[in-house]
Amino acid sequence: MLELIVAFFILASLIVYALMGGADFGGGIWNLLAFGPRAKRQREAIADAIGPIWEANHVWLILVIVLLFTGFPSAFGTMMTALNIPITVMLLGIVLRGSAFIFRKYDVEKERHWSAVFGMASFLTPFFQGVILGALATGQIRVEQGRVATGFMAGWLTPFALSCGVFALGLFAFLAATYLTLDTRDEPDLQEDFRRRSLWSGLALAPIALAVFLTSRRGTPAMYHELTRWWAPLLLVWTSLFAGTALIALWFRRFVVAWLAAIGQVALILVGWGLAQYPNLITPDVTVTNSAAPEFTLRLLVIALGFGAILLLPSLAYLFYVFKRSERG
Amino acid sequence: MGDFLFARAQMAMSLAFHIVFAAVGIGLPLLMAIAEGLYLRTKQAVYLDLCKRWAKGTAILFAVGAVSGTVLSFELGLLWPGFMQHAGAIIGMPFSLEGFAFFTEAIFLGVYLYGWKRVSPLIHWLSGLIVALSGIFSGIFVVTANAWMNSPAGFKMVDGKIEDVDPIAAMLNPASFHEVMHMTLAAFVATGFMVAAVHAFFLLRDRGNTFHRAALGIALAVACISMPLQILSGDLSARAVARLQPAKLAAMEAHYRTRTGAPLVIGGIPRDQTMTTAYAIEIPRGLSFLATHNPNASVAGLEEFHRDQWPNVRLVHWSFDLMVGSGMVMLALTLCAAVLWLKYRVLPDKRWLLHGLVGAGPLGFLAIETGWMVTELGRQPWIIYGVMRTREAVTPMPGLVAPFLIFTAVYFFLATVVVFLLRQQFLETQNPVPAQSGEVAHA
Repeated sequence: MLELIVAFFILASLIVYALMGGADFGGGIWNLLAFGPRAKRQREAIADAIGPIWEANHVWLILVIVLLFTGFPSAFGTMMTALNIPITVMLLGIVLRGSAFIFRKYDVEKERHWSAVFGMASFLTPFFQGVILGALATGQIRVEQGRVATGFMAGWLTPFALSCGVFALGLFAFLAATYLTLDTRDEPDLQEDFRRRSLWSGLALAPIALAVFLTSRRGTPAMYHELTRWWAPLLLVWTSLFAGTALIALWFRRFVVAWLAAIGQVALILVGWGLAQYPNLITPDVTVTNSAAPEFTLRLLVIALGFGAILLLPSLAYLFYVFKRSERG
Repeated sequence: MGDFLFARAQMAMSLAFHIVFAAVGIGLPLLMAIAEGLYLRTKQAVYLDLCKRWAKGTAILFAVGAVSGTVLSFELGLLWPGFMQHAGAIIGMPFSLEGFAFFTEAIFLGVYLYGWKRVSPLIHWLSGLIVALSGIFSGIFVVTANAWMNSPAGFKMVDGKIEDVDPIAAMLNPASFHEVMHMTLAAFVATGFMVAAVHAFFLLRDRGNTFHRAALGIALAVACISMPLQILSGDLSARAVARLQPAKLAAMEAHYRTRTGAPLVIGGIPRDQTMTTAYAIEIPRGLSFLATHNPNASVAGLEEFHRDQWPNVRLVHWSFDLMVGSGMVMLALTLCAAVLWLKYRVLPDKRWLLHGLVGAGPLGFLAIETGWMVTELGRQPWIIYGVMRTREAVTPMPGLVAPFLIFTAVYFFLATVVVFLLRQQFLETQNPVPAQSGEVAHA
């Protein structure tokens, strides 16, 4: 029971990370892809939107990691061993993204170079995050007697994992563009730029999602099987509903509705992923139960999470209140 | 070099890099908050200007510290999965708490850096204080985890399996208190002396510059209050290490033979084969006094331990001497500054003192790096002291030379950029702001 609560918190943190940190990466993607007469202003709008909040948004990833290694230490050890290569590449992306973003603010002369590094790292990181999550579900990473038995290339180079990577990129780009339509509320032509980007990336998500689904049949039979359960069609309908609502709202310039629908869409996708993955952490050998830390540790962790949330949530709410209130009404 | 050594090298390099940013992340927000507090009280523009400059430095250093810290949390598993599989459940707790402290730090740093016009002055200042405070707590939590590796507690090892896990006892292990004290004070000492050096450098060129005078005053106050406390905490640490990790103490002091009234060995070239230290300065009964406060006490030498349990004596001993030496120089400067201040009741700005401060600028960080080497190299060959060897914990991943080289290159590059950017920030302060210096020639 306790391990389920911790697993729930991990999934919840992952969802918030995708919604917030993911959108920051999406901002980096649009920063690199900025074009047209307002390219410079697009980049400035992105910097203004994520400047005050990206450090806090990034901490959700750290929370995911520490919860994972405290609550499910052997799962953590296995992931870090079997997926050593993609995780290392993702880390490089994280280092370069964070550094370049702050350097470009203070290094006025080389701003364009840092901006490019920031953008490229923002492509690299989400792609590999998607690949890593995909690889966990492939069932190709096997553990025998507590050790990884399938080497360092298993799982993550499969078509399924790679399409998950592309999907993560698309998703974050779509999220960021949708958020940015609100952040640029005071500049209609910029808002129009991001609205168009949001629409295009939202539409592009459909074929990518199809690719993920098609590759999942062979790429992750266990998850594919889970997706035939009773809750799957329900979830699919709701996700599609949100996705459709987001696009329609964008078309009619109802930006707040689009913002809410995009959030719902991304959250539901990850909830679906979590349900399909359950009870496995690394399919099929490592589960929530067989890798859980001793009960006392889990109990303390749940208590700490409770107190942490009391401290954290008001602070976060305050942060967003201070910096996003003018945009969000 | 094999994969094992590359894994150790990568971990060492990542920590050596991160520890600088972590320490500044603890020290600089305090300076910044003091400056803003003084501004709120006195309404003198010079303090506001100062606080804004330090805030810029904090922003740059915090960003690099945050990403290099993220790398470390992954590297624990990427390089030492065997360690994390056992230790995660025992010491994951302080890391989780650190996660929350880091969260508050990041949130209020956002408010602080970007909220000058969005929140009231009082709230702004409080945000700065929260940043400083949560930085301290982040450091405390992480150091308890390190202390546990040196002085494991809160579990039982039964047939290679870990049982009876008690994360609270693990966090409050016998090494936690002295390690936490020593590291936290070190952050204040190092930041204080480094910042003092920068502003002393500019004061040597322009003694009347009120901006640099105010800055030196604050930095020197922080450095001079924490430095003597640090010596006391060092004494506490030495006695605790003598009790908890006698092999480490023996390596620190290049102390091979167990004896009563052991001398303190300073410098020299330790030779493991002959178990002697050539060319060293010896202070009679010094070691016995330091380790137990009794000049005649017996202190265990390295001979008490099997050879495969010795740390690298030379590196540990030399690092220790460098750390203590740096501390002594900084203590001497502290005393000079204190005497001058007590005598004249103004900012101590004698030329020789300013020169001394400029020279001592890097010493705090030298002491942090070498002190950390004493702790970590002195713990070897154990990753969990007396329980698990570092070699048993390493990843089976081959080709670790690649990530080592890549991360070293990236960190070297980042360090260069950070130094360049900070220099740019400080050079801007060279041109005194008219309202504050009052000495600008009118065209």
